[in-house]
Parts: sequence; structure tokens; C-alpha cells
Amino acid sequence: MSGESLARMRTVLLHAGAVLMALWILIPIYVITAAAFSSPEAVFSFPKPLVPEISTETMEFFLGATGVLPALRRSVVVAFSTLALAIVIGTPAGYALARFRFRGADTFRVSIVSTRAFPIVILAIPLAVTFIRFGIDDSSFGLTLMHTALALPFTVLVTSSVFAGISEELEEAAMTLGCNRFSAVRRVVLPLALPGLAAAAIFTWIISWNEVFAASILTLRNRTLPAQVLVALTQSGLPFQFAGGFLLLAPALVVVFVIRKYLFDLWGRVAR
Amino acid sequence: MTEQSTTTVPGGAGVRRPRGRDQLRATLGGRNLPYWLVLPAILYLALFFAWPMVQAFGLAFVGEDGGLTLDHVRTMVDDVAFPGALRFTLLLLVIIIPIEFAVALTMALMVNSPRLRGRGLFLYIYAIPLAVSELAAGIVWFAIFTQQGYLNSALQQLGLADVPFIWLDPRSTEQLLLAVVLAEVWRSTSLIMIILVAGLQGIPRDYLEAAELFGAGPLTRVRKVILPMLKPSIQVALIFRTILAFQVFATVIALTGRGATVLTAEAYRWQTDIRDANVAAAYAGLILALSIVSTMVILRLTRTPREQRMI
Repeated sequence: MSGESLARMRTVLLHAGAVLMALWILIPIYVITAAAFSSPEAVFSFPKPLVPEISTETMEFFLGATGVLPALRRSVVVAFSTLALAIVIGTPAGYALARFRFRGADTFRVSIVSTRAFPIVILAIPLAVTFIRFGIDDSSFGLTLMHTALALPFTVLVTSSVFAGISEELEEAAMTLGCNRFSAVRRVVLPLALPGLAAAAIFTWIISWNEVFAASILTLRNRTLPAQVLVALTQSGLPFQFAGGFLLLAPALVVVFVIRKYLFDLWGRVAR
Repeated sequence: MTEQSTTTVPGGAGVRRPRGRDQLRATLGGRNLPYWLVLPAILYLALFFAWPMVQAFGLAFVGEDGGLTLDHVRTMVDDVAFPGALRFTLLLLVIIIPIEFAVALTMALMVNSPRLRGRGLFLYIYAIPLAVSELAAGIVWFAIFTQQGYLNSALQQLGLADVPFIWLDPRSTEQLLLAVVLAEVWRSTSLIMIILVAGLQGIPRDYLEAAELFGAGPLTRVRKVILPMLKPSIQVALIFRTILAFQVFATVIALTGRGATVLTAEAYRWQTDIRDANVAAAYAGLILALSIVSTMVILRLTRTPREQRMI
């Protein structure tokens, strides 16, 4: 076989492999979407239609089920509060790590990285006990505090890598032109960092949206959506499960699309 | 930022310098500035991360009389569900990690190949599960595997099976394990893939071209150039993935009901059903201990030269 045809065959194989892997990811997503948008009769039927007639009845049934709408609202509130708190507390620390060499900086960075080794279980269980004592158990506020603790190390590391990617010289130039550090950051660095910071914020949001263990332990009546779905899972029928699974998954499609250019800032370089 | 959203350096003319505030900020922003900036994060993590950890140890190891005790740990170990939970967690870990690394490396190499058209699209698709929760993944695969689910529907319509097969047989740990493995591989390979792609982008093209020039085929290039240079990324991905594998929870519950159990699910059961925070904390302590030990083992096994280290 000539070198050229060998190369062509390799290219074909490469594309076939890439498509195969894409199908592996996409088919399950298609399945849950098809399931959530089938009619309840189709969901209960067997064999189920692989290409359903689109119906919103199953989704409507799920959203109308007891506790689902309040849980959905609570999930959104907790996720946005977590986002705000983590960004407000985490961004300055990320900036400090990126820009200053100060005593203890390495220790701080290593401890932030190592918090990722700690399982959520070990935070959620004692916090459940503490929150009862302070009267903030079963509340969105308490859960926000917990989710922020989870997201904060991530926010610090990611914002630090976003700031590190912006040339310090721009800041210095602004300062020689009459800005002080604060106005230099505000007028020069922040506008440049904004897309990266937005990506970090969006991922912070999804960390909270997805979190189920702490949410199920810290709340009882005021559940977030994942906690509500998890608890109702065993006693509910297929329409509830499929619609719930789809609704939990749907933001992922949007979120990853929006932040796709920043994936490596978010994850690839987090460890550095 | 509302009126000044330009990304260029603003000219000197537009910048006012209020003297007094400037001075104040200069003092505040002096040598202590970095400390002021990290202080809120440190305080927050001390309060909501470090302190709960201390409390967790208190819950797990302090008895009613206030003295140290192993009673809670003993209760945990003596519970009928304990050996099964530990075994299922460890089996899952041992099976999942090699599969995920193989899949992730394949995805990463394909996405990183300049000959692949639509790399951005493929990267997006491969990365979607990064933002999918464990619970959602569990439900998705439940929809596929449940007896009247989509796998059996497809088999039936293709004429490959007459009666629906029971994929999630609660009596068969192996079948449940297989289902959870598939769901977890589907969900969490993307994290490893992203870390590996970031590592691949750090490998200079010259190295690969030199290797090709000297007659190394694709497989040899992967084995002799790419894998050794990816070692720091692999190390990080391995640590992340192992730690997360000890925490697997909602996937197992969604897929198996109570058919199979894992360490985190047991901690959940003790906390919410049995209402014994002490034993739940003992489980948490065990998960933490396993995470730390395995991190140390991985660091030792994948020791890298100082200049290549990522953490």
C-alpha cells in the first residue's frame, strides 16, 4: 500500500473512531430526551418507541408533581447564591495568587488544592449537626454555605489561572499612566478577565445545581431538585424519573457549550 | 466598568487621581494587600471546611462520656452492609479506572490530532458529561437498562430478543456492578480527557515529528513519547478520579435502588434513616482515609522529576 493511501485510511479510521465515541456520549442523552418528551402512555408501553411522537405531557406531569416546582426554584436560588458568594470571596484570593509572591502563598495554594481530596461526606455530616444547632438546617441559606465551601477552592484556582493568563505588563502600563492598582484592575484587568471569570461562575453554578449528597442530608422539607428527585426515585413511576433525569441533565448541554473555550482553564490547569 | 468597558489601556487624560483616597488605598494596598485579598477565602474555608472536618473526627471517635472511643467504628464494621459496601466501592474503582483512562486517552489523542475535522465539536460532545450530575447519569442509564427500558425496546424491535432481559437483577452483584461501571465511565471519563488534552497540548510538536522522522509508528509514538510526557497529567487525573470514585453515590442508588450499596450510600443511610451521625461520620472518616492513602500510593507510584511536577 502506498504511503498516501495508508495516510488516507488512517484519517478515515480517525474520523470513524471520533464519531463512534461521540455516539457513545450522545445516544444516552438522546434516550433520556426521547423518554422525557414521550407521552406517559409511550413511557409505560413496551417496547418503547425509539423515535417518539413528541409530547410535553410527561414533563408537565413531572413539573406538576408535589414539591417539584418549589424544589426547582430552590435549586436555582441556591445555585445563584453559591455562584455570587464563591465569586465574591474567591476572586480576590485568585488574583492575589496570580499576581503576588507573598509569604505563605505556596502553602495557601497547596492547601486549596488539597481540599479537593476531602470527600463531601465528611463536610456534610458534621454541618448537618451544626446547622441544626444554629437553626439553619433545612434552609436554602445553610445549603448555600455548604455549596460555597465546596465550590470555593475551585473558584480560587480557576480565577487565579484566568488572571495569570492576563499580562501583568498591561496592569503596570495602566499604573504608570496614572491608575492605582484598584483602578488598573477595574479598568484594564477585569474587562479582559471577564469571559474567563464568567466561565468560572457558570461552572460554580453547575457544581451547586448538580450536588445531591449534601442537599439530601441538609434538607428535609425544603429540598433542592436533585434531592427531591433522589428521595422520590424509589416511590415514583417511570415518567417522573425520566422527566426528572432530563431536567437535571439539560443545563449541562448549555453550560459546556458556553464554556467550551475555557475548559482547559477550568480543569486542565487547575492542578498547576 | 459600566462606562469604561474598553479593553485597551485608558489614556492618561481620562484618568482622575483623587489624592486622599489614593493615599488610603496605597497604605491598604501596600505589602499586606495579598493577605487582605486571601483573608476572606481563608476565613471561609476555616469555618466551613476545616472546622467541620475537626467535628467529623469528634463525631466518629468521641463517645458519650467525652472520651475517645472506637465504638462507632466498631458499629460500622460490624454492620451487615459494611463488607458489601466496601467491596462494591473498591471493585468499582479497580474496574473503572483502567477503562476510563483507555477511553479518555483515545478521545484525547483523537481530539488533539490536527487531521481530525470538527475538533471543536467533538471536544464539546466529549466534554458534556463533565457537567452532568451523578444522579442524572444514574437515571439516564436506568432508562436504558430497566426491564421495560430502551435497551430491551431496541433489542426487541431489532428482533434480537423475544423476552425483555433483566439487566438490573438485584440478586446479581456482577450485573449491577457492570451497569454502574458503564454509567460511571460514560459520566466521568470527560474529566480525565480534559486533563489529558491539556497535557497533550504541552508536548512540543518537534518531539513527535522527530520520533516520526526516526521511523516511530503511531503506537510507538504514544508509548515512547506521549505517555512519558503525559505522566504529570496522568498523575493528577489519577488522583482526582480515584478520590471521586470513593464518593460514588447517586449513580448507584438511581441504578440499583437498594440492590447494591457503597460507602457513601451507607453514610447517607446511617445519617438519614438510622439517624446516627456518629456512625455516618465514621464512614466519612473511612472514605477520607482511603482517599489520602490512595493519593499517597499514586504519588509514590508515579513519582515525577521535580521540574515536571504539577502539584
